[in-house]
Amino acid sequence: MAVGRQPARPVSEVKLLARPTWTRGLLSWLTTVDHKRLGILYILASFFFMGLASIEAFLIRLQLTRPGLSIVSPDVYNQLFTMHGVTMVFLAIMPLGIGFANYFMPLMIGARDLAFPRLNAFGFWVYFLGAILLYTSFFFGGAPDVGWFAYSPLTSLSNNPGTGTDYYMVGLFIGGIGTLVTGMNFIVTIINMRAPGMTLMRMPVFVWMILVTAFLIVFAFPPLTIALFQVIMDRSFGTLFYEPAGGGMAILWQHLFWIFGHPEVYIIVLPAFGAISEIIPTFSRKPLFGYPIVILSGIFIGFMGFAVWTHHMFTTGLGPVVNTAFALTTFVIGVPTGLKVFNWMATIWGGRVQFTTAMLFAISFLVTFTIGGITGIMLAMPPFDALVQDSYFVVAHFHYAMGGGALLSFLAATYYWFPKMTGKMLSETLGKWVFWLVAGGFYLIFFPQHFNGLAGMPRRIQTYPEGLGFEFWNVISTIGTFVMAVGILLLLYSVILAFARGEPAGNDPWDGRTLEWSISSPPPYYNFDEMPVVNDRDAFWAQKYPESVHAKPVEEEFEEHGIHIPGQSWYPVIMAGALFIGGYALIYNNWWLGILMFAVIVIGSYGWAFEGIGGHHIHPEEKEA
Amino acid sequence: MVRWIFRVAALFGLSAALSSCVFQGSDGPQSVLHPAGPVAQEQIDLFLWTYYLSWIVVVAVGGVLIYSALRFRRRPGDDSIPPQVHGNTTLEIAWTAIPVLLVIAVAIPTVRTLWRTEAFAEPKEQDIVVNVTGHQWWWRFEYPELGIVTANELHVPVGRRVILNMTSADVLHSFWPMKLAGKRDLIPNQNNQLWFIADESGVYLGQCAELCLGAHAYMRFRVIAEEEADFEIWKGKFQDLQVQQVQADPLIEQGRLLFTQKGCATCHTIDGYAEDYSIGKPNFPDLTNFGLRLTVPAGWADNTPENLAAWLRDPQEIKPGNRMPTLWAESDPNREEEIDALVAYLLSLGRDDQQQAQASVQHLGVGGNHGSR
Amino acid sequence: MSQAAVEHAPEHYRSTSLPDPKLMMWIFLASDCMFFGTLIGTYLVYKNRSLEGPFPVDVLDIPITTVSSFVLLMSSFLMVLALHALRTDNIPRFRLWTFGVAFFGSVFLGFQVFEFSTFVKEGLTLQQNLFGTTFFTLTGTHGIHVTIGVLWMLSILITSYVRPMSSKDALYLEVAGLYWHFVDIVWIVIFTVIYLVEFV
Ligand code: HEA
Ligand code: HEA
Ligand code: HEC
Ligand code: CUA
Ligand SMILES: [Cu+2]
Repeated sequence: MAVGRQPARPVSEVKLLARPTWTRGLLSWLTTVDHKRLGILYILASFFFMGLASIEAFLIRLQLTRPGLSIVSPDVYNQLFTMHGVTMVFLAIMPLGIGFANYFMPLMIGARDLAFPRLNAFGFWVYFLGAILLYTSFFFGGAPDVGWFAYSPLTSLSNNPGTGTDYYMVGLFIGGIGTLVTGMNFIVTIINMRAPGMTLMRMPVFVWMILVTAFLIVFAFPPLTIALFQVIMDRSFGTLFYEPAGGGMAILWQHLFWIFGHPEVYIIVLPAFGAISEIIPTFSRKPLFGYPIVILSGIFIGFMGFAVWTHHMFTTGLGPVVNTAFALTTFVIGVPTGLKVFNWMATIWGGRVQFTTAMLFAISFLVTFTIGGITGIMLAMPPFDALVQDSYFVVAHFHYAMGGGALLSFLAATYYWFPKMTGKMLSETLGKWVFWLVAGGFYLIFFPQHFNGLAGMPRRIQTYPEGLGFEFWNVISTIGTFVMAVGILLLLYSVILAFARGEPAGNDPWDGRTLEWSISSPPPYYNFDEMPVVNDRDAFWAQKYPESVHAKPVEEEFEEHGIHIPGQSWYPVIMAGALFIGGYALIYNNWWLGILMFAVIVIGSYGWAFEGIGGHHIHPEEKEA
Repeated sequence: MVRWIFRVAALFGLSAALSSCVFQGSDGPQSVLHPAGPVAQEQIDLFLWTYYLSWIVVVAVGGVLIYSALRFRRRPGDDSIPPQVHGNTTLEIAWTAIPVLLVIAVAIPTVRTLWRTEAFAEPKEQDIVVNVTGHQWWWRFEYPELGIVTANELHVPVGRRVILNMTSADVLHSFWPMKLAGKRDLIPNQNNQLWFIADESGVYLGQCAELCLGAHAYMRFRVIAEEEADFEIWKGKFQDLQVQQVQADPLIEQGRLLFTQKGCATCHTIDGYAEDYSIGKPNFPDLTNFGLRLTVPAGWADNTPENLAAWLRDPQEIKPGNRMPTLWAESDPNREEEIDALVAYLLSLGRDDQQQAQASVQHLGVGGNHGSR
Repeated sequence: MSQAAVEHAPEHYRSTSLPDPKLMMWIFLASDCMFFGTLIGTYLVYKNRSLEGPFPVDVLDIPITTVSSFVLLMSSFLMVLALHALRTDNIPRFRLWTFGVAFFGSVFLGFQVFEFSTFVKEGLTLQQNLFGTTFFTLTGTHGIHVTIGVLWMLSILITSYVRPMSSKDALYLEVAGLYWHFVDIVWIVIFTVIYLVEFV
């Protein structure tokens, strides 16, 4: 790939709004375009929504503890699991991955920022306000209650006249735009902004997995966005896409949703795989075993992710031919995933394994995800899926894959990267407690759900009669929720403690391997004093211990014309706000408000375009100033 | 070496113990692990095969992982750098082969079972064909060849193939008779097929498995598999219905009259009730021969006089969200009396006498091996 | 800290020779393919499933749409000329062709407005049947793309009067051009799928 120098973008400084220059305080966060600040915003927002989703999970579990309870009514129960699923998937786990990527991907490739910093800010605010819009539904006539995949025709106006469904459609539509632009931004950044010498095959695996994830986002979100748009049209303009009375086919929604939905589960889990691929080598003091294989299998998983979607529809009567084809493609995904698991294990083999909290979470991830993956393979057998589809066996499967696959590894990532982000260490002693409570609680909650699934307990029921054999395991499952909650609260306490009197982390507390550990903690706002020059995989390790990897010393001296700091901007948050308010216009069919917001968006795009990237340059010798 | 054999054996012993835990833990009248017909049997056999394979994979992965993590743990004060191994092609090829072989081992039986259980079934002479329509939140069963329409309880003869043609009147539902066959979705504007055979007589539980809002959790049903002779009796009761004359028992007669007076007949059909009320009203449960039903409503509670009365008194209390209105105000002085009459009437339908119906409930019991409901 | 203006550093290091905006546009177009793919897919799935008329054969007017398609195709040709003119610093020509692109795009939109209103008069509305629902969403989405393109071209044209433009700005026209050609190609697909297929 040719290396290029590119003209800095010209500035046609026509200013509608003065460029903000705050460096601290609320306004500086609103107008920031810095990838690290946005990364922190993403992570905080994800944890916030995860907290809400956990409260919902808590209520779900309480309601299911015993047969015949009525802690919540069926309607509220439907809202609870819908919002729990939607929140965990779209507002918590996925943005958590994006948040870590936002913070660390540029650092790992030695870049100053993302390729389009203002777009990055826009992406965040759109996601965040879309999420807020979704949550305001609780106050305006009830949250969506149609399940996280909102099957048609449950969503048609005749079957669901309340506004909950509109909130679902519009909220995800808006949030999806944010994710989409961020995905595109990631791709350009990774392709174009790698430090000199960082060839594709020297990129950290985390960055690779983010690249694959970003491609998945770019190709998977459009079908969802269109499907949401079609339902919005149905509900606001009376079109017939999903009106059975007009000939609409319920099954089309399912196809469109799962063409998105299956890649989505890899959008969730691939960043987690990436983080694991950094954590395990670091704490084993060995490079990742089979680096090219791990990357290729990630790419292969990404491709195959688009070829398996009807495994969610085995019981919809697509016929044996379709079911056979998609069963086989689904099985195939087990092979690259297995390769990853084996290579992670081989990385540990022969290493010097250090049982930090991060590493414990990483190891528990390996076991848990293997179990979740294997129940996935079982579900991919259509005859067996016919028995347990939409039962708690499926609930157990996807919590093992998402809670065990993504959540546990993001907790590992939190312990791993917290010192870098804050400059403070999290207590390792408390960390061990957190680990055992969270992992133990997790198994208590979800292992019994396999049994209940096989015992014939369907999902999404707010109560069940006595005597069907569901009682015992439901109690265990609820108890597990308490255990896990204690663990999570302990984590929160530990975070507060770290800020109050955590040990300073230093630049490189874990003897890390990638570039982010080469700079101070927290990193300076300009990231790197000098553009790093890379001549090996695990660039920082090769700098520290060149003899251990036979790395050639760096020869290339790279000359930069100072560091460009992009200017802050009002437009991202304004445009996102206009989309947010416009969303309400769409929900309540208030066309005047809609037109007004549309005007804001048009004017805003011009303001954005002509504001230019702006900013200023700093030079290594002046930067201390 | 011997020590190793012991360790591996211990691991597998432990997992075998856990594994039997699964089977103990998943017992019950809705358990898929104890099927009662060839379709469900094949489906669960497929599961068992992968299930044992899975234990090997999980134990192997978990075992090697924990072993290597412990064996290669960093001792205190050890700051050495291990050899920086980047990979090994032979190993990679070897452990590509492992999952490939596993996938093949799973795929072949899957495809075989799939075609045996899901291929389209062309109805033959002896087959029982039933058109199933899902409604929020009950099931309509129509036997087109026998001219029978009923709701929520599917009577089938033992040993004969039952072919269900399924569609939905409103939103998605999913018909899940777990002991007889896997589920199939009911979708508006689409016809799906499911077939099964019941091996033994008994009452098999089933439930709607696709979120349909409202009373989804209460959308249950029964499959009642009877010996051929019993099935013929049941069939006969539907096929030779006479238009009802005045009933001997005054309570029942009062109920019969109330059925029109209270407006029940605007929604519900009772075949043979009166000439002009026999026309099918497909959007509401057909109550013909209601006395033969084991449950009310839609498989939630036993069809006893008390439960039926409670249902009529306040349907929303029993089954929140359902579409049957409450027909008596709380203050209505005639409420209890009228309900008693209606209960007596409804339960008399299709029954030769009370005892016989009760006896048949006892006799059938619940299908599968366990449970009381 | 020095607040040196950005022009100070004429170039930034990049790992490839593909400019960021162009790369971004390519990725956006890849994504847009999926958007249109989904809409076209929906159209095809619902083809011949309308319960009541008017049906495609009743309303579609091939000759008129052929003309408007031709106009749109020609605008792509003008786009090429405009880019060439800008690259060779021939600003008057660049302005002329840019205006031409916007004009031809507007003519296409005019045809579309005419077509839509005729259809509505003939009883085909969004709500009438599945054909109306899918047809208007698909072609309407395409129309919005053309509208954005026209506005974009006009904005570039106006910018060229506000500040001097030269071959250094060619990248921006090129990116707009990528977009324009893409929208054009999508129309060829839509034209085939909706109009031509109906009459073969
Ligand atoms: C992070 C999320 C995530 C991940 C990674 C996966 C991974 C997989 N999933 Fe899962 N899945 C979900 C999230 C996820 N899933 C969700 C959310 C749902 C439900 C949605 C809903 O209904 O609400 C779902 C539902 C779901 C279904 C539909 C169930 C139903 O509704 O009836 C199926 C069926 O095929 C399936 C299969 C698989 C498979 C085969 C994998 C594979 O990718 C797994 C591969 C991994 C392994 C196999 C383990 C490691 C491998 C080895 C150790 C090698 C040796 C092993 C073998 C080769 C067998 N999933
Ligand atoms: C990533 C995804 C994810 C995660 C992590 C979870 C976590 C949990 N889920 Fe979730 N669940 C889903 C995704 C997820 N779920 C989805 C998609 C559905 C399907 C919905 C549908 O059917 O439509 C579902 C459905 C579902 C059901 C089935 C409901 C039904 O069908 O009727 C149940 C029932 O027990 C359940 C329980 C739980 C519990 C007890 C947890 C516990 O693990 C929760 C414990 C809490 C945490 C692990 C989070 C801790 C974090 C914090 C507390 C943040 C702290 C705050 C700061 C730091 C600021 N979930
Ligand atoms: C507005 C229509 C309507 C009226 C009037 C009505 N019902 Fe119903 N009925 C329903 C519906 C709908 C159901 C199905 C409820 C469900 O299970 O979700 C039902 C169910 C039942 C059932 C249970 C059927 C079963 O298979 O479990 C009985 C018994 C019943 N009704 C009796 C009556 C009687 C007696 C009256 C008059 C006093 C009456 N209904 C009046 C609509 C009506
Ligand atoms: Cu019917 Cu759920
Ligand atoms: Cu999937």
